[in-house]
Amino acid sequence: MLSVSDLSCVRGDQTLFSGVSFDLNAGQWLHLEGSNGSGKTSLLRIVTGFTPPAHGQVCWKGRPLAETPEAFHADLLYLGHALALKDELSALENLEADAAIAGRSFVQADALAALQRLGLRGRTRLPVRVLSQGQKRRVALARLMLQAAPLWVLDEPFVALDAQAQALVADAISGHVQRGGMALFTSHQPMDLQGRGASYRLQS
Amino acid sequence: MNAFVALVQRDLRLAMRRKSEVLTALFFFVVVATLFPLGIGPELGVLRKIAPGILWVGALLASLLSLGRLFSADFQDGTLEQMALSATPLPVLVGAKILAHWLLSGLPLALLAPVLALQFDLDAGAMQVLVLSLLVGTPLLSLIGAVGAALTLGVRGGEVLLSLLILPLYIPALVFGSGAVEAQISGVGYAAHMSILMAMLVLAAFFGPWVCSAALRIALE
Repeated sequence: MLSVSDLSCVRGDQTLFSGVSFDLNAGQWLHLEGSNGSGKTSLLRIVTGFTPPAHGQVCWKGRPLAETPEAFHADLLYLGHALALKDELSALENLEADAAIAGRSFVQADALAALQRLGLRGRTRLPVRVLSQGQKRRVALARLMLQAAPLWVLDEPFVALDAQAQALVADAISGHVQRGGMALFTSHQPMDLQGRGASYRLQS
Repeated sequence: MNAFVALVQRDLRLAMRRKSEVLTALFFFVVVATLFPLGIGPELGVLRKIAPGILWVGALLASLLSLGRLFSADFQDGTLEQMALSATPLPVLVGAKILAHWLLSGLPLALLAPVLALQFDLDAGAMQVLVLSLLVGTPLLSLIGAVGAALTLGVRGGEVLLSLLILPLYIPALVFGSGAVEAQISGVGYAAHMSILMAMLVLAAFFGPWVCSAALRIALE
């Protein structure tokens, strides 16, 4: 479904990576590995269509990204380094705004259930400003349980989480893949994922 | 369309949670418009003559104050990335943000203007035209300003650059906006000025969000 062929990325006069090719099909996850500065985030930003690649092509369902960006975006859930949370809004209001921006429906009961599963019971109506860094990440990760998009692109989803939350995220990714979804993510932590998947190592 | 309404609501809600930002611009407008009569003295003829220009320049500078934050907050916390990845076209979402910006910064200025116009001894007819010209003119300012805000997003010293970039582009709005009030005072009638102002608004409303989203995508690269 997602196919990346011969991708290269150039920053300034430095080539971050070149000749990157992989396919991601329904029911698979792909763990992107690489040292700091090897271009993992840059690769994710090329795959999501933010940055045009210096060379190569990204195809979704057999068609190049640039041709039908809106159809691709409807199938995509992206979670980057920035959490896209508003400090002044509560966790619930943030999720509601997220769903609206993504163009997906919002059911308050589902959002409450997701936040409770992530251990935020009793904090759903507090402004996000007063939550800890890890709790903020949990709010952002609640999106994984709420928005039904086939392709997940996650940049360091396990960072700043405790063991219990990491297990929850790993469960969410496994469940998503076993239901026929796809997940592409970067991580430095070892994790326990179910379902079919592989690792891809970025080398400069 | 749902995303449009929801985004406007979100921005209004955010503004309610940090009222100071909205009130600063309004207070700035009040102070600027008050300083001139105090500095020039109580010569009604002079005041009446300069009123349209002063009030328009005041409104223009006040709306510039809040422009720097139009996209930068969303850019820094990653919301802009999510907007760019939405199934809803980015220009629609950008349009929602511009509308919210106008509701928070332009509309209050237009509604406040007649009170400030009292200091300049404007008559009722001129006040009406002043409000009307600001009602048409301030969304135009928001639209032009949004393009500047998008272009200077992520640039160091962007706020100063934004004023340098945008103020010259505000000139046509200023000329025809204050011109409408002057024409009303001198008895010529404001229809011609207002038509041109409206035409500019229609053009800006059509092209502004597209230009904005193109600039935002460059900033996100």
